[in-house]
Amino acid sequence: MTICFLATEGLVPWLAKLAQNYRVFAPRREGKAIIFRPWKEGDKAPVPLKATVAPKGVMFPACETLVSYKTTKDPQQLDKVSLTLKAPVKAEPTVLFGCRSCDARGFVALDKAYLGGKFKDPYYEARRNATLIITHTCDNPTPTCFCTWVNGGPASPEGSDVLMTAVQGGYVLEGISQKGNDLLAGSGLPDGSDKLNEARALRTEAAKRVTPRKDLSKAAERLKARFTDMDFWIAQTAKCLSCGACTFMCPTCQCFNITDEGDPASEQGGQRLRSWDYCMSPMFTREASGHNPRMVKAARMRNRVSHKYWYSTEYSPDGRFSCTGCGRCIAQCPVSLDIREIVVKAIEE
Amino acid sequence: MNELNPLLPEVATVVEIVQETHNIKTFRVKLDDEERMKAFHFEPGQVGQLSLFGVGESTFVINSPPTRMDYLQFSVMKAGEVTSALHKLNVGDKIGVRAPLGNFFPYAKWKGKDIFFIGGGIGMAPIRTIMLYLLDNKKDYGTISLLYGAKTPEDLSYKDDIKEWLADPNLNAVLTIDNPAEGWTVDDTHKVGLIPNVLKELAPRPDNCIAVLCGPPIMIKFTLMALKDMNFPDEQIFTTLEKRMKCGVGLCGRCNIGGKLVCVDGPVFSYDQLRELPPEL
Repeated sequence: MTICFLATEGLVPWLAKLAQNYRVFAPRREGKAIIFRPWKEGDKAPVPLKATVAPKGVMFPACETLVSYKTTKDPQQLDKVSLTLKAPVKAEPTVLFGCRSCDARGFVALDKAYLGGKFKDPYYEARRNATLIITHTCDNPTPTCFCTWVNGGPASPEGSDVLMTAVQGGYVLEGISQKGNDLLAGSGLPDGSDKLNEARALRTEAAKRVTPRKDLSKAAERLKARFTDMDFWIAQTAKCLSCGACTFMCPTCQCFNITDEGDPASEQGGQRLRSWDYCMSPMFTREASGHNPRMVKAARMRNRVSHKYWYSTEYSPDGRFSCTGCGRCIAQCPVSLDIREIVVKAIEE
Repeated sequence: MNELNPLLPEVATVVEIVQETHNIKTFRVKLDDEERMKAFHFEPGQVGQLSLFGVGESTFVINSPPTRMDYLQFSVMKAGEVTSALHKLNVGDKIGVRAPLGNFFPYAKWKGKDIFFIGGGIGMAPIRTIMLYLLDNKKDYGTISLLYGAKTPEDLSYKDDIKEWLADPNLNAVLTIDNPAEGWTVDDTHKVGLIPNVLKELAPRPDNCIAVLCGPPIMIKFTLMALKDMNFPDEQIFTTLEKRMKCGVGLCGRCNIGGKLVCVDGPVFSYDQLRELPPEL
């Protein structure tokens, strides 16, 4: 394990050095929000806080082209049309800098969905392999945070390549994966082993400030028993607006839509796009016949909550929740719906 | 299937179109890459995604059997945007194909057993594949029977096939329509009545018999009840499920029933597997 020390004033020069070889994404303040944006030499030091939106888009953009298509007519033989399809799967070397442990663990949950099944998502896989994650361990858990409830923690190393902890005068950088250790070993930064104990003590302090942990180990079993209890789901869902904000903020929500844009016969052809979708939308499962297995809002919320705390435990070999307790869905909900309350009520009532 | 990118279709050409009913057309397609068409391998029950670029993609069962590989056949009922656009295709037009996808009928485990097929409406498409496949391997199976029902005589698809099926000594085929119709004479092979009722009249014996049913949800529901009344064990009943799908390869999270995804864990399910899933069909 490689441990380095990065002095506070050395942060921006180090990022500038990284930016020569990598596309660097880091949190930046924009109005009231903190958003992951490309960081370039000359930019200020990244905001050391949890971003408003999870950095999921670095691996799984909100919208991307899956396939570009174009038909061409043979001018000598007009009924002869050829169809060309292109699907450039490519990824640039990238550093995701300054996310939280809940964000990095989000990618571990997405890995189960996109890389753990019968078919792998080549677009996600390419970006995942090309990306190095430097996680800023959390020193300011908020009231909506519940990472410790879902087997994480403010300094959980899962999914991270490097853990970075703020100490007196700078940061301790700790290599977690091979990729992370290699980066630190070649960084030219001084050894930071003597400050590791200080960093560990600060992490332990931070963990104590997370909302007191509730036991969710019976969540899957209790949600299963609740499935047909529609009164429960209607009561829990009553104030939901089905706006989808929770989904778009979430580090683990994987669902996407595929749509075509552009006429294949036009000069520029068209694109098959993939974009984030949300399961609270009434259109999400509506079939061409009009049949909809989740016709009512309560059934959609039941699916959303059950997917995160029950279904995911069935398809993940390690029984992992599809939730990392980042709390963004709670903090950003326009009607203050709290997913923790739903799960805890499902377990306890 | 593109091995490197399951979301990238292969280019194919429509080689033949059959107007089956007023709203069902059958498309016979060939992959443009001849080598890949020759090497194409699938199992009965597996599906494919047909793409019309600029419109979208939808899932259909491959309803020609793997034993007859001159082309891949898909039957399409006009219902939504993609199916309406597919209905406007002409022979020679280019489409995209992603296939084969999904699981298949566990026919190897059915050897030595009698098989009773029940198809309702467009649900005859998946039945056609597995039935023709078993008929092409008849020596391995016991009695093979078919009950195929549609609203009216005009709503029966595969009219050329039906003549052969009625004449086939290896198949006991029975057709039914919902209400009496002109020119439809009731006899041993032509009935009038809803599928569950006709099924009870035919009364297949449940011992050593596999029942395979496909059709609209309401037909499935009542036919399952009829089969249970006839004491068919859950593990001897098979059906296929449909859900709205996008990716078809287990990534987009749309077609789940509980923790199972219909696109990769299905579309074929036995009734005992279905009973394990949350009731959300």
